Amino acid sequence: MPTPTQTRTLRQALPALALLLGLTTTALADGGKLSPSQMLPSYQQECAACHLAYPPGLLPARSWDRIMNGLDKHYGTDASLDAATVQQIGQWLQAHAGSYKRVSAEPPQDRITESAWFQRKHRKLDAPVWQHASVKSAANCAACHTRAEQGSFDERELQFPRGLDARYRRAFQD
Amino acid sequence: MKKLQNGFAAAGLALMLMLQPAQAADTSITQELARWNALASTPGNAAQGKAFFGSQHGGDWSCASCHGTPPTAQGKHASTGKTIAPLAPAFNPQGFTDSARVDKWLRRNCKDVLSRECTATEKADVLAYLASLKP
Repeated sequence: MPTPTQTRTLRQALPALALLLGLTTTALADGGKLSPSQMLPSYQQECAACHLAYPPGLLPARSWDRIMNGLDKHYGTDASLDAATVQQIGQWLQAHAGSYKRVSAEPPQDRITESAWFQRKHRKLDAPVWQHASVKSAANCAACHTRAEQGSFDERELQFPRGLDARYRRAFQD
Repeated sequence: MKKLQNGFAAAGLALMLMLQPAQAADTSITQELARWNALASTPGNAAQGKAFFGSQHGGDWSCASCHGTPPTAQGKHASTGKTIAPLAPAFNPQGFTDSARVDKWLRRNCKDVLSRECTATEKADVLAYLASLKP
């Protein structure tokens, strides 16, 4: 006999899975949407308090699993949450994790920015671009990707970071 | 048909979750200060709280590293660059309105800055400082 919570989770998961199947073909194409059409409210509330609500499709399931099991030591900060929230967000991430070929490899330290595809996509950027005050870190997608919050990373939506010297424009023009 | 019903149920549920206020508004800065004053058995000292807030306590970060000095404007996360709503409650009507959130952030951020949880006295001091900041 499933508990009410299990039943609720199942009801939530079924359409999400169906939706995921429907979107798989387009979800990870270049410039396409990498996020489910709706972010889980607790994912938005808890994770996006400190950083962009990274599209779940950018990491494979096993990476998300390790991240959710080590929130007390989360890339230099304590991001621990109550057990129920960890379980809810963890299940949602598992359902929406990346399965497309290039995302299936688990990147070093489970960092999106260490993924081979990420580094290839950003290889033309000079070091000062990452270090500039308006960028601060490669984790700050929205410094250049104007619609990153909406899960869109289309190259046509790029902006040159505020205050950065124009000589670094090279990588933004091709 | 079953799938469709499930879909409607989930859509309804998702809508309910979205419409729920994110914060429960079960507390206020006055109540939080009173709570920590009682636990510290002495009223928080705003001047000590201010010094505590700006100190790195031997680590890399102070509270001000992300929240700014004074924490009356938007802050910026020290490693990700994400903007953070103003911490001082007089500058952010949503601040200190949910006791679970207050507890969660004090627990985690004290660990980030001091590598331990803060004492009741330290929390009372910092809250007294934050409550003292007015437009």
